[in-house]
Amino acid sequence: MQEDIRYNAGEYDCVVVGAGHAGVEAALASARMGLKTLILTISLDAISALSCNPNIGGTGKGHLVREIDALGGQMALNIDKSFIQSRMLNLSKGPAVHSLRVQADKKKYHTEMKKTLENEPNLTLRQAEVVDLIIENNEIRGVVTRTGAVYYTKSCVIATGTYLGGRVYIGEVNFESGPDGRFPSIILSKAMKEKGFFLRRMKTGTPARVDRDSIDFSVMEEQPGDEEIIPFSFMNMGKDFNVKQVSCYLTYTSERAHEIIRENIDRSPMFSGLIEGVGPRYCPSIEDKVVRFPDKEKHQVFIEPEGLDTKEMYVQGVSSSLPEEVQIEVYKNIKGLEKVEFMRTAYAIEYDAIDSTMLKRTLEHKEIKNLFFAGQINGSSGYEEAAAQGLMAGINASLNVLGREPFILDRSEAYIGVLIDDLVTKGTNEPYRMMTSRAEYRLTLRQDNADLRLTKKGYELGLVSRERYEKTLEKERLVNEELDRLKKVIVTPTKEVNEFLYQLTNNTIKTGVSLYDLLKRPELSYDSIKELDPDRPDLPKEIRIQVEIEIKYEGYIKKQMSQIEQFKRMENKAIPEDIDYKQVKSLSTEALQKLEKIRPESIGQASRISGVSPSDINVLLIHLEQLKRRGRLDK
Amino acid sequence: MEYTIAAISTAVGEAGIGIVRMSGKDALYIGKQIFKSTRENFQFENKKLHYGHIVDDGKVLDEVLIAFMKAPNTYTREDMVEIYSHGGIIPVKKILELCLKKGASLAEKGEFTKRAFLNGRLDLTQAEAVIDIIKAKSEKSYEVSLRQLEGSITQQVLEIQDILMRMMAFIEANIDFPEDEVEEISHKTLLEDSKKAEERIKKLIDSFDRGKILRDGLNTVILGKPNVGKSSLLNAILKENRAIVTDIPGTTRDIIEEYINIDGIPLKLIDTAGIRETEDYVEKIGVLKTKETINKADLVISLFDVSSDITDEDKKIMELVRDKKIIIMLNKSDLEKKLDENYFIENFPNARIINSSITTGVGIEELIETIKDMFYKEDIKIESEVVLTNIRHKDMLLKAYKSILELEEEIALNEPIDCLEVDIKDAWESLGQITGQSITEDILDKIFSEFCIGK
Repeated sequence: MQEDIRYNAGEYDCVVVGAGHAGVEAALASARMGLKTLILTISLDAISALSCNPNIGGTGKGHLVREIDALGGQMALNIDKSFIQSRMLNLSKGPAVHSLRVQADKKKYHTEMKKTLENEPNLTLRQAEVVDLIIENNEIRGVVTRTGAVYYTKSCVIATGTYLGGRVYIGEVNFESGPDGRFPSIILSKAMKEKGFFLRRMKTGTPARVDRDSIDFSVMEEQPGDEEIIPFSFMNMGKDFNVKQVSCYLTYTSERAHEIIRENIDRSPMFSGLIEGVGPRYCPSIEDKVVRFPDKEKHQVFIEPEGLDTKEMYVQGVSSSLPEEVQIEVYKNIKGLEKVEFMRTAYAIEYDAIDSTMLKRTLEHKEIKNLFFAGQINGSSGYEEAAAQGLMAGINASLNVLGREPFILDRSEAYIGVLIDDLVTKGTNEPYRMMTSRAEYRLTLRQDNADLRLTKKGYELGLVSRERYEKTLEKERLVNEELDRLKKVIVTPTKEVNEFLYQLTNNTIKTGVSLYDLLKRPELSYDSIKELDPDRPDLPKEIRIQVEIEIKYEGYIKKQMSQIEQFKRMENKAIPEDIDYKQVKSLSTEALQKLEKIRPESIGQASRISGVSPSDINVLLIHLEQLKRRGRLDK
Repeated sequence: MEYTIAAISTAVGEAGIGIVRMSGKDALYIGKQIFKSTRENFQFENKKLHYGHIVDDGKVLDEVLIAFMKAPNTYTREDMVEIYSHGGIIPVKKILELCLKKGASLAEKGEFTKRAFLNGRLDLTQAEAVIDIIKAKSEKSYEVSLRQLEGSITQQVLEIQDILMRMMAFIEANIDFPEDEVEEISHKTLLEDSKKAEERIKKLIDSFDRGKILRDGLNTVILGKPNVGKSSLLNAILKENRAIVTDIPGTTRDIIEEYINIDGIPLKLIDTAGIRETEDYVEKIGVLKTKETINKADLVISLFDVSSDITDEDKKIMELVRDKKIIIMLNKSDLEKKLDENYFIENFPNARIINSSITTGVGIEELIETIKDMFYKEDIKIESEVVLTNIRHKDMLLKAYKSILELEEEIALNEPIDCLEVDIKDAWESLGQITGQSITEDILDKIFSEFCIGK
């Protein structure tokens, strides 16, 4: 671009590039921690856009939302203001995997977040396309916009989502584009490559949006929301939500639809090789599903509302990059969509991502000081994954500027810790989605205790309000008191008690048993033994749930705690930042290369790098001890 | 202090005593559980030798001296316990196995020294040596893993892991994708799979005792009247095979054991030497010890002198070994034959018969070939589909087994599936220590290959 149009547009502590789910959390965290913050977006109408599906939460993802909330982030509060259907999934499974998932009113979600940004002190919101980064002496100095504005900054968070180098594919047609018809960020992509950033291509996709009036819901299965609404934010627990919920609908593809796909498969850019980007396995296009599982006669399709003020419906399960005319034919062969009218065509989008192993666990670039990355550019996918990284990047950018110690959550503390550790240690070959199976310590990392795990930390950071902090302390107190009380209340084996127990468990007691021990029996729940516990205090639901889980999971949690103890020991063995791996004798070649690239911060992190064997770790331990003693000798 | 490790720290068969050593935070605790002093109100004292017995479930394993050394003034700077037992493979291994059963982990090669160094005990120059030991270990184990037997263990363990992985993938898919069309997993299916895994793990663990043939040698008893040529036979086999592994002075005074290796088949030759001197050897055979020896035999080589006919005593002996794999050697074939071999052919149709003249070397080659033949054709029962030979592997399999049993208890209690998975994962990871695999990506790959998932 022309250098001569550049002008000094101001100085900030933190500039955030992009106002998607990562960007807004980063900007809010930074502003709330007292930094003069600027957030730039290609379109003010795209703030917190839910460009793909209209829902928030679900397994793993819901955990992230609760954790973001516990740390003082915005996502949970925002969805609590804008959801139009709420469901708790996995209720038939253990409480550690109960999982809240809600449908959002997309427009409202956007508007509410925009309002929050606008009203945040210390935060400036500006529509602008960033086209270049100013980096001096391996340190970020500022960003340049297309209209020549230069914003100088002490720190910067890049959260470009699918905009960076965005290219949309629909059959044989493809063009440079951001998501949902918005401008892409092409110039910045080139500028970053010129500056030596290694960018790779990733891919995702979205289904068509169709007209509500063209759908025959009578042949579909209605999925209403739960009667009892449980909010995402801990601040809203126990609050009355007067939301009139709307339903989703379940239907299926047909054999004919699959035939059409097979007949036209060579017109899909995924299969013709036009798209080089790697797509996510857990979010396959319909053509992917048909090809990979040819024996399946039908696939599920969910029809979900995009909002209250629109007739656009999201058709979950049939994302596609087939030509438009083929898409329409395929959709018409979905039960109930025979007369479907498209409003927006399905597409695949390819975008630039960095190699996330180039980042520290703070999400700061290893080589460029004060430059942070968050969201899809790090190879993740999903609103929640993006928001979690945005929050952590914003926090750490602020801590850097404030000269404070970095804030890192490890794998035993939060799903956020698992997410970031996976990204920076292992890297990812496909867009990374949070799943509970990635969390080793799932039983202790639950949605229901995210506040107990994290709110104190958020408070120390200055992100969590006094009110929220005290609420958590109160919860902790109530839970502990109730646990103590249950240990003290002894039930004796009277006739009535045993009759009652027999009814519920087919079992009786022979000696006195505390309610605490009684609750360990799988058939009994806190609520079902109310009769045996006349002096029970009246406690809010989240306390009752917490108490029940603590008791029922105690044995498993103990097992897990001892694993965590082992884990922590390795995590606490720090590796000096300036270590020269070439000086470590007897490392295998592969380990040497990987260690030099990833530069792990602890022995624990090193041990999770593929290609680094236990004997390499032993050698490393000995080297560190040698260094330590030499250091002592030097003194 | 770190978790507790244990190992045998004397070379096998090297000396009259064997030492088992433990280091780590539970060393004393384990020591207290397995050691029974002859004194009342016994207490371990720091750096004192105590006399007593190693006891497992009330059963005395060995008579030992034991010492407890309190951290930090020990080799590893951790709490340590050393047990001095009788030498020979069997007692020390039994003691080591007991330590492992009580919660110690088998030390890796060089691990005591590594800890000593990391805890500041050794000086810098010794660090190099520690690295060498660790490296030697990984190279050695590479070598070992190439060995066919170990290879087939890995194969077996991989198959068990696969059962567990499928269970986990099902559970994970159920949890992570509640709205996808993943078949609901029932406790019944989980129990069935768990039983399958349990059975196979158990079989492998049981094979450890059979695997002892490969570790400790095929128990081969040589029987025969005095002067029939037993010693000559022993010497002849030894001469033929220079690959003598080791010779251990008999653990009992009556029996001489020799270890030899015939083309990869380890033989523990047991000459019932004590019997030689007595006239009424049949009576002597009645002695418990010899009977026991025969009971334990995997193979019996029975020597007869063809120059004299079969006696009632001979027949009694043959009755004692009737159920065994037998090689009958009709020795002194150069002399006039008075013995009627039809007796053997009729009464012991499965026995192999060899005509020999040991002093002139006739029949030795045939004997060796016959042993090889019997071994490879699995005539000799080592049921060698897969045999566990490595105590570390057994340790890991036992851990996995324990997790599986816990899992089955919890399934019976109808615990939620995400809890059950903790034990499946534990079992899988214990097995992973044998096959060297890590879990997370494997599960995801399994999920995505098995189920059509995603929206």
